[in-house]
Amino acid sequence: MTDNLSIWRKIRRTPYQAIASVFMMFITLFVLALFLLLIASTTSLVSYFESKPQLTVFFANDKDKTSIDLLIEKLKRTGIVASWKFVTKEEALNIYREQNKDDPLLLEMVTADILPSSLDISAKTPKYLNDLNNMLKNEPGIDDIIFQKEVVDTLISWANTIRLVGLIFVIFLMTSTFFILLTSIGMKIAIKKEEIEILRLVGATDWYIKKPFLYEGMIYGLLGASLAWLFSSLTILYLSPFASSFLKGVGTLSLISFNSINLNVWPPNLLLIICLFLVLLFSGLIIGFLGSLVASSRYLKE
Amino acid sequence: MILFEEVSKSYGRNITAVANISFKINTGEFVFLVGPSGAGKTTVLRLIDREILPSTGSVIVDDWEVNKLPKSKLAFLRRKVGFVFQDFKLLTDRTVGENIAVSLEILNKNRQEIDKRINQVLNIVRLEDKINYFPRQLSLGEQQRIAIGRAIAGEAKVLLADEPTGNLDPKTSWEILKIINKINKEGTTVLMASHNVDIVNSLKKRVIALNKGQLVRDKEQSRYS
Repeated sequence: MTDNLSIWRKIRRTPYQAIASVFMMFITLFVLALFLLLIASTTSLVSYFESKPQLTVFFANDKDKTSIDLLIEKLKRTGIVASWKFVTKEEALNIYREQNKDDPLLLEMVTADILPSSLDISAKTPKYLNDLNNMLKNEPGIDDIIFQKEVVDTLISWANTIRLVGLIFVIFLMTSTFFILLTSIGMKIAIKKEEIEILRLVGATDWYIKKPFLYEGMIYGLLGASLAWLFSSLTILYLSPFASSFLKGVGTLSLISFNSINLNVWPPNLLLIICLFLVLLFSGLIIGFLGSLVASSRYLKE
Repeated sequence: MILFEEVSKSYGRNITAVANISFKINTGEFVFLVGPSGAGKTTVLRLIDREILPSTGSVIVDDWEVNKLPKSKLAFLRRKVGFVFQDFKLLTDRTVGENIAVSLEILNKNRQEIDKRINQVLNIVRLEDKINYFPRQLSLGEQQRIAIGRAIAGEAKVLLADEPTGNLDPKTSWEILKIINKINKEGTTVLMASHNVDIVNSLKKRVIALNKGQLVRDKEQSRYS
């Protein structure tokens, strides 16, 4: 009880230092949250594209079904094709309608005739994609080949950049927060030198003296994490409509799937929000605890 | 039990606070440490509490050789040795109850035990009605009583008092002395530094006299002048 009272008193006595510490903690954890969400999204997106047919062949209008069947037979004989799916003009129209159901303007005047039939081909391993691409581009009656490996490569490159930039940012911010906390708690210890001396004289251990400072650091971590979680959740809500149009047709992006438990990045589910809170809370508490521990150990030694 | 064996404490080459002094105080004894200012009284008390280390000799409190005690055990020594300072050394932002509670919280007592002991201690130092007051709201005599309460609240077997009546009027000084005497009668060993002749003579206890760092007298129930 007295412990709690004295921690609260310490925070109240130096409100600006407390606000600065919580604010820095909030900024750090908020940036951490944003990067974590970005990394999770790109990782799931990469997995999504990797699990999809990696080559899509669009046929010219004059390509008949017989020659398409012959092409499929030829592909089968190569032994490097894992699966394939032929999409007729009607099926293409249905897909188009589904993807643009919220936009009636885009549905007007579109008929199955103007859409190409296509073949989604999945190679056994990504290394065969080039061979397939070379083989198909020499075939007659092929309008276009979408080589999804390029999309995946671009995504992987983006994901790596985001990871790197995120890591640098988060390390930089965590270090700044750590030093701000170190200085803030260190100043408080310096102010309370006389009180600490008295506590030592009555038989308090260093741990007893450090404890309120550690709790204080952890309270800053808790407050910073809660604010960061609140703001990142609001950011998710705010960005959802934009993401919704960007990820049209992608369906569900799952970061982790285990039995019936799915950690969905898109559309964000409750588990994602809970996990985000736990990660931020844990990070906040660790930074707060370590900052205070180093500060108190350093200043109490003097 | 407190044992000093040929203890000296010097600061640099020229200043000797105490020189080669030896004495033994048995468990449950009440001993006055007397002498003029600068005689070395506070140094003796600080050596027992290991605020300072002797230059030579050894200081023993119960089974512990204080000067060889590792730093990690220091807190445990100080829990056994309650110290009443002339300038009280109270935590000014904490109430009377909270000041006394510190000695119990460091022992990891639970809230119930702490509250019970605070009431007992406040009864001993007669501050029952001041539990929620802050030190600045109390007289010097009352502040000294809080300091005594804090010193005895925990598990102290020895009470060191450094001029506890130094800043107080005769009536209040007498009240403080009565409280310390009562604590001694309940089994706590007391070593009280004082230069107040009336107080020392009133109780007829053992007197250890120091002068310029030398032990000049150690007598039972003697008058000091």
